[in-house]
Amino acid sequence: MKRYVYIDDDESSHDIYCDNRISNRKYTVLNFLPKNLWEQFSRFMNQYFLLIACLQLWPLITPVNPASTWGPLIFIFAVSASKEAWDDYNRYLSDKKANEKEVWVVKKSVKKLIQAQDIHVGNIVWLRENDEVPSDLVLIGTSDPQGVCYVETAALDGETDLKTRVIPSACMGIDVELLHKIKGVIECPSPDKDIRRFDANMRLFPPFIDNDICPLTIKNTILQSCYLRNTEWACGVAVYTGNETKMGMSRGIPEPKLTAMDAMIDKLTGAIFIFQIVVVLVLGVAGNVWKDTEAKQQWYVLYPHEGPWYELLVIPLRFELLCSIMIPISIKVSLDLVKSLYAKFIDWDHQMIDLETSIPSNATNTAISEDLGQVEYILTDKTGTLTENKMIFRRCCISGNFYGNENGDALKDVELLNAVSSGSSDVIRFLTVMAICNTVIPTPSKTGDILYKAQSQDEDALVHAAARLHMVYFNKSGNILGIKFNSSILQYEVLETLEFTSERKRMSVVVKDCQNGKILLLSKGADEAILPYARTGQQTRHFIEAVEQYAHLGLRTLCLAWRELKRDEYREWSLMFKEASSTLVDREWRVADVCQRVEHDLDILGVTAIEDRLQDGVPETIETLRKAGINFWMLTGDKQNTAIQIALSCNFISPEPKGQLLSIDGKTQDDVCRSLERVLRTMRITTSEPKDVAFVVDGWALEIALNHYRKAFTELAVLARTAICCRVTPSQKAQLVQILKSCDYRTLAIGDGGNDVRMIQQADIGVGISGREGLQAARAADYSIGKFRFLKRLILVHGRYSYNRTAFLSQYSFYKSLLICFIQIFFSFISGVSGTSLFNSVSLMAYNVFYTSVPVLVSVLDKDLSEKTVMQHPQILFYCQAGRLLNPSTFAGWFGRSLFHAIVVFVISIHAYAYDKSEMEEVSMVALSGCIWLQAFVVTMETNSFTILQHMAIWGNLAAFYAINWIFSALPSSGMYTIMFRLCRQPSYWIAIFLMVAAGMGPILGIKYFRYTYRPSKINTLQQAERLGGPILSLGTIEPQQRSIEKDVSTLSITQPKNRNPVYEPLLSDSPNATRRSFGAGTPFDFFQSQSRLTHSTSYTRNCKDN
Amino acid sequence: MDLDGESSSTLSTGVQTIPRHSTRHGAFYQFTQQSLPACKPVLTPATVITTFLLMGFIFIPVGLITLRASNSVVEIVDRYDIDCVQEEFRHNKVAYIKDESIPKNCSRFLKVLRPMKAPIYIYYQLDNYYQNHRRYVKSRSDKQLLHGLAYNDTSSCKPLESSHDLPIVPCGLIAWSLFNDTYTFSRGPTELKVNRKNIAWKSDRDQKYGKHVYPFNFQNGTLIGGGKLDPSIPLSDQEDLIVWMRTAALPSFRKLYGRIEEDLDADDVIVVHLMNNYNTYSFGGKKKLVLSTSSWLGGKNDFLGVANLFVGAFCILISIIFLLLHVKYPRPYGDTTYISWNRKIVAS
Repeated sequence: MKRYVYIDDDESSHDIYCDNRISNRKYTVLNFLPKNLWEQFSRFMNQYFLLIACLQLWPLITPVNPASTWGPLIFIFAVSASKEAWDDYNRYLSDKKANEKEVWVVKKSVKKLIQAQDIHVGNIVWLRENDEVPSDLVLIGTSDPQGVCYVETAALDGETDLKTRVIPSACMGIDVELLHKIKGVIECPSPDKDIRRFDANMRLFPPFIDNDICPLTIKNTILQSCYLRNTEWACGVAVYTGNETKMGMSRGIPEPKLTAMDAMIDKLTGAIFIFQIVVVLVLGVAGNVWKDTEAKQQWYVLYPHEGPWYELLVIPLRFELLCSIMIPISIKVSLDLVKSLYAKFIDWDHQMIDLETSIPSNATNTAISEDLGQVEYILTDKTGTLTENKMIFRRCCISGNFYGNENGDALKDVELLNAVSSGSSDVIRFLTVMAICNTVIPTPSKTGDILYKAQSQDEDALVHAAARLHMVYFNKSGNILGIKFNSSILQYEVLETLEFTSERKRMSVVVKDCQNGKILLLSKGADEAILPYARTGQQTRHFIEAVEQYAHLGLRTLCLAWRELKRDEYREWSLMFKEASSTLVDREWRVADVCQRVEHDLDILGVTAIEDRLQDGVPETIETLRKAGINFWMLTGDKQNTAIQIALSCNFISPEPKGQLLSIDGKTQDDVCRSLERVLRTMRITTSEPKDVAFVVDGWALEIALNHYRKAFTELAVLARTAICCRVTPSQKAQLVQILKSCDYRTLAIGDGGNDVRMIQQADIGVGISGREGLQAARAADYSIGKFRFLKRLILVHGRYSYNRTAFLSQYSFYKSLLICFIQIFFSFISGVSGTSLFNSVSLMAYNVFYTSVPVLVSVLDKDLSEKTVMQHPQILFYCQAGRLLNPSTFAGWFGRSLFHAIVVFVISIHAYAYDKSEMEEVSMVALSGCIWLQAFVVTMETNSFTILQHMAIWGNLAAFYAINWIFSALPSSGMYTIMFRLCRQPSYWIAIFLMVAAGMGPILGIKYFRYTYRPSKINTLQQAERLGGPILSLGTIEPQQRSIEKDVSTLSITQPKNRNPVYEPLLSDSPNATRRSFGAGTPFDFFQSQSRLTHSTSYTRNCKDN
Repeated sequence: MDLDGESSSTLSTGVQTIPRHSTRHGAFYQFTQQSLPACKPVLTPATVITTFLLMGFIFIPVGLITLRASNSVVEIVDRYDIDCVQEEFRHNKVAYIKDESIPKNCSRFLKVLRPMKAPIYIYYQLDNYYQNHRRYVKSRSDKQLLHGLAYNDTSSCKPLESSHDLPIVPCGLIAWSLFNDTYTFSRGPTELKVNRKNIAWKSDRDQKYGKHVYPFNFQNGTLIGGGKLDPSIPLSDQEDLIVWMRTAALPSFRKLYGRIEEDLDADDVIVVHLMNNYNTYSFGGKKKLVLSTSSWLGGKNDFLGVANLFVGAFCILISIIFLLLHVKYPRPYGDTTYISWNRKIVAS
């Protein structure tokens, strides 16, 4: 599907395309109620409660006033509906603001001010500096004579640097006045959400230019929600409007995530539901039998001889209603409430504020904090996540000379400085490539310094380093780059830019040296993308050595190369390039193909080594979390060697003999299969040994493994605690997450860049690091943190506490509902199985909604162990991971406890209030008081740490219970008039209550003490250790020493190359395929071809899906 | 674009709040950092054993005192529903009770075993009588009891809301099945005065039953239930009805009939003349007459005392067991060397 946009001819587009009205709203005023109700009732729990509430409207069967269910039900629905309505209203307001913004638009060659929502496809929109772009536009003119403008795309992709956008060549040089009258047609694809691609063509109608087709790329567009910066004005043709813009299309509500705990609670609810059905059936049958045998003889009940047809159903339905409180209606509200508080605690946490940038942690998804405590796999990105993504140029190798090896900083290497000042031609070429082979934009700041706006941190580091070495890139005006070398100014004209893609792994520029008119190709890229294309005869051996040496130090390497192009060659090639970049189908691949035709016979200049330092606390964090039983996978686009080095230095894998690294590689299916099987065999053997076995796999082998040997790879994934996946694409990252999820593991993905977004969204929990690569990952994530080390606190403190608290809260909610329900069931046995409710409506409603929900809510402050203890003993997380605190057996414990308490309360109240005292209201209040007292003590018993708030809630709630009942007892119209006053004056009431507390809590205290002392869990032991003071002697105190050793290793590995052999060699020596890769001339390296085949197929399928 | 606004605002607030919070280490700050001062109780052997011991030492005396109070109550219980049926009707008691022509009067002789101090409460006890049956307990109208005929909506009284198309006051099954055995007492030749006033709760008389509501159309239908009411006495003075309307929670219950305001001596013989009107024969219920004195705890009920003693003894037993356990197997508390992080052991 294509669309043809006729410039400034909106008559034709009116009917076909929507106007520019943005609508993010989910509801309208009319459909709000039905749609919202429909959504809410699609949940099983809500359907259940509605059914119960409807049944209660039938007075014959309802045991209590229907208000006792309708009230809470309507309250719950009102709360979630008004939350939705409020969100939708805010969306409406922001839409309205955007829609009514006034913009200048040319319509029928006349420029007028209209509201943004009235823009139609084909209109020419004029923007001034700092305006927000109202719809997707194809640029046709800017204030800049070269047709360049700058946009900030932060809202779109989170990248804060300015991007350049240029007008298409066809529009170059059109006068401002003429822009009003411009006519033409733009052929562009149907709207999609790919913000990096726009494969379109433009043809202007005479008299502007001959019928030449001009290719358009994303470079020629400015997209909705970007801001125009540093440009006086710009104008463009609207091609996509309203919700059909790239921004509008990529908007979407992600699937709500369900925590493992929610799933467990649902399962338990299901079990309780089945139990309830059984109880109802048994009691229903018993009731009908009793009615036929006994009640028919009881003249005072006056049963008619012939009942209506539904008579048999009446008693079971009554019991259904009586037992409906088994499933607590309050649990959803309570859980929502505490979950949002967990999220708030994360937002508030001072220890998780990045002090450098003052960015606090943020929980975007408030519903999944418990899952943090149950994480089993962490899949982490490397660059920017483990490392700081603060690139510093450290070393280089120029034509065989190593610089920076002695002091670790090439910029201070005297030899290099001498070489620069002596003007060695190799060094100057090297510096030139460093300075201009990039997409960096220099802007002079007010203080006279030059600020560089770079899209990639590597380029930034190179440009800065070049500037330090006196090759200062100071100006870019249009295509002319200005460079100051020593005191002379050199100028280069950029002819073409061959952009970087992750498939090509290199970028090049074609420039004309303005001094002598020579045309030069400057390239930089990954070693395997540059070195194979060296000119025949050049020795690349020392470059390969340099690359390996740098990689062992964990440095990022780039190879720089250049070639002088002949004019004819350039002319011929540029035509091809132009054609390729104007194709609509598979443009990326075609362009890559054409690029390769010029990037050959390169003169390799040297290798740069850029250091990307580990973030603070990364090794400690990984070690702690691994001790907590979390498995780590590193997924990176980087080289295998660099990845392994980083992995070593951050405790990711251990060196021999403690650890073993197995490698899966191979270029063909058979190779990969063999390698995979070998690794799998080794892995199976070594699982019994206490050895850290990890495997390393690269993207190519991974692709084969995922496509053809998925089962074997999945088995490997389960066996391996650690894995390093290098050179993986974003979609492979997401696939790996999918594999682990399919094995029922809780996964957490953490990353910082746009390439991690898919993995973050795929994982059970996505954590984004608000880092230097923009906020894209942080925005897509459930949690965003400033630094990797906060992950430790996020999981061990927030995740663990959330899990513990929810485990208690949810089981307690069932406990208290079951307690009162069991009493009702017992009472039915002494009331002729007729379904009488012992408790009145007010008590029943208040019991669930008020009396029992307040004390338990403050359990969000409960801490079983102090944060310090947990950090020292991260292994304790196992209890959360294995779901030790909420599972069918713990639930059975709570079930038994409620049964026991119900028996205690029921037996004591009916015997203490027998004979002359057996007045219905009094007995019911005695039983209710007993429940309230018992639940207060249960909360007390299960609370590990009491803050003032807990005391207030527990005992205040008890006082409130009496206050409320005294108020009701003072109202003559209420059924329980004077009851509570009478009871409180009776000694037997108080004796009975304390008897219930003692009889109910005594055995529980005894069992708890016994288990706490003689069968202690690890948590108990740590509690005892922590609370009795004194040093906690265990791994915690030994740790620092271990750490310091390993820290030495990590620092050594960066500074001293001598250490590399013992660390590195043995690691792969055991692995089945230990031969190192070499890129000699003898082994033809078919990387690009195979890669292009691969990208061809994948990108093609992706296209299909988009269309 | 709304996304952008959101994130930038959170960023800016975050930046602003940092200095403000760190300067103010108030309670709210501690709350947000989850670092409110907290007390963390430990279940040490000492505290647990003392708690149980203490509970034992509280509950045993309480049990003894309540048991003593219960024992101080003198109670005479006399089941009369079978003995008051003449021999010839014993095989068909239902026919006996339904036949109005048969005289229902009956005399019982109660021997006082221990001296009883006034006031002596007279209860009638019904066993196997389900006042708490759902159909029964719901069949009343509190509003009608208070407002009488002025209140029309008596649908809650089903199935007895009207008869002969006229509303019944008081309506419903409970009122309709009013207990109607009567008792008179004499000691030797002299009649014992029975005070039948103030047997219902004062709050009921004053607030729940209308002072100007008179029985109307009551027991006029084809089905005659229990007792009849004097239409000239307002409901608030029909204390038997008020007592009866306070439904019992258990199928065996006692209701106050009156008070004897004289002391009874040991070996006194009380003669009870009763009218055995109420039908408990069709459903196998029992009728008993109870004379009982009262203590600060109420009537005779050993349950609380026995239960207290039992719980107290149990607590002391537990504390002894724990003490022995503690002496025999002392556990070093909080010894983390016990912790083995071997997962296999944990898992099993």
